[in-house]
Amino acid sequence: MVEFGGWWMPVQYHGIIQEHHAVRKAAGLFDISHMGEIFVSGHGAAAFLNRILTNDINRLRVGDGQYTLLLNPVGGVIDDLLCYRIEEERFLLVVNASMIESDVAWILSQNHDDVFIENGSQNWAGIAIQGPQSESILSRATTSSNPLPARNRIAPFKFQEGPLLVARTGYTGEDGFELFCPSTAAAPLWQQLLSIGEPLGLACCGLGCRDTLRLEMGFPLNGSDLSPERTPLEAGLGAFVRLEKGPFIGSEILSSQKATGPRVKLCGLVMEGKTPPPRPHYPVLHKGEVVGETCSGSLSPSLEIGIAMAYLPTEIAFPGNHLEIDIRGRRYPAITSKRPLYQPASLSELKKA
Amino acid sequence: MNIPSDLLFATTHEWIRPAGEKSTVGISDHAQHELTDVVYVELPTVGTRVETGQQVCVVESVKAASDIYSPASGTVEAVNEALSADPSLINSDPYGAGWIFKLSLSNPAELQTLKSPTTYEAQLKGE
Repeated sequence: MVEFGGWWMPVQYHGIIQEHHAVRKAAGLFDISHMGEIFVSGHGAAAFLNRILTNDINRLRVGDGQYTLLLNPVGGVIDDLLCYRIEEERFLLVVNASMIESDVAWILSQNHDDVFIENGSQNWAGIAIQGPQSESILSRATTSSNPLPARNRIAPFKFQEGPLLVARTGYTGEDGFELFCPSTAAAPLWQQLLSIGEPLGLACCGLGCRDTLRLEMGFPLNGSDLSPERTPLEAGLGAFVRLEKGPFIGSEILSSQKATGPRVKLCGLVMEGKTPPPRPHYPVLHKGEVVGETCSGSLSPSLEIGIAMAYLPTEIAFPGNHLEIDIRGRRYPAITSKRPLYQPASLSELKKA
Repeated sequence: MNIPSDLLFATTHEWIRPAGEKSTVGISDHAQHELTDVVYVELPTVGTRVETGQQVCVVESVKAASDIYSPASGTVEAVNEALSADPSLINSDPYGAGWIFKLSLSNPAELQTLKSPTTYEAQLKGE
């Protein structure tokens, strides 16, 4: 168990690698109750959120969700989050555990409109079920005749007479769902999913494989890969920044950075051959010169090779470039690679369908 | 927790099986469990002279890199090459196939400062 964002959480239940493969091949169950749930509602909610978030809220119909970022006035990342439009004028923001208090404080400080902001993090629990078998398991757990939501959508269900929000999103790159319910319902929901899912290969999953799974996808982790000093354009998250929607906090800086091109870019790195696994803060070298450091790194259980991410000068940040990573004073070869570093099967099938 | 009775332990969770010229060293069952899946072992070099408490090699799990300290002074006589191909032997058999290196002791009297299985077990209970 480790302390994580104010919560005691398991790094693993049975083994990080075993849990990782369970998610890629069958399904994994994650306690994500540490994540923050912030509800934003009222007449001005959409306009307000469009002014403080990078993605365009007007692209969301009721039931849609989108990945988006909360920026400071200089375009740096305060937090990355999912924003769901659960009603026409009611939104759910799911934010990082360690950022709940500062996110809420920042959002409140920006609220000059008549918008109602409610931090539901203490009352709401979250469970993620991720992997190719997720749909089959979850559909047996919900008695409702309503279909499960499509990718990136959210729908209201009932569990034991209480509310259950089911979102088809996740942090693993696989098909899967994130479920939000009152905290009193979380344990019975977990038990029910586990008893239905275990025969289908469902495994309880800790923070350890949550990190290896997201890193294989090249998904950034706030605090490691995102920071108030880095913009979303530098992090390669331009697809979630809608400059054309009109001004928002940080948009001026991002517009000028887009015009000139960012000086650095977040790059995926794959080690060449058998090396110690790269870890955060290892120096990255190009032609013998230190050009940056890794911000995330691990062994990839799917690729069975070390993978990492690093901010590198744009001129060398193209895929296929040969670099070295300094691990305890020895240099090991690595190659820059397009993200995702691993192509999961279940989501590609979902996209085809 | 598996703690064999024929071993001595360091506070830092290494074990040694004293046998004169070639005492075998590894890490305890508790240590492998705490490390999680071992994925890489940076073995020491045969012939290296080491002192008690000196960092001699690195064992890496998915989660972290951990320094391994020599539980006694001496010269590294052999290393477990099998760990290069299959580092998970440390998880599956920490006291057997997962041994790390063999040491010829330069000062066997030092072994008295190590922990008996009973005292090591008490240390684990206190952690």
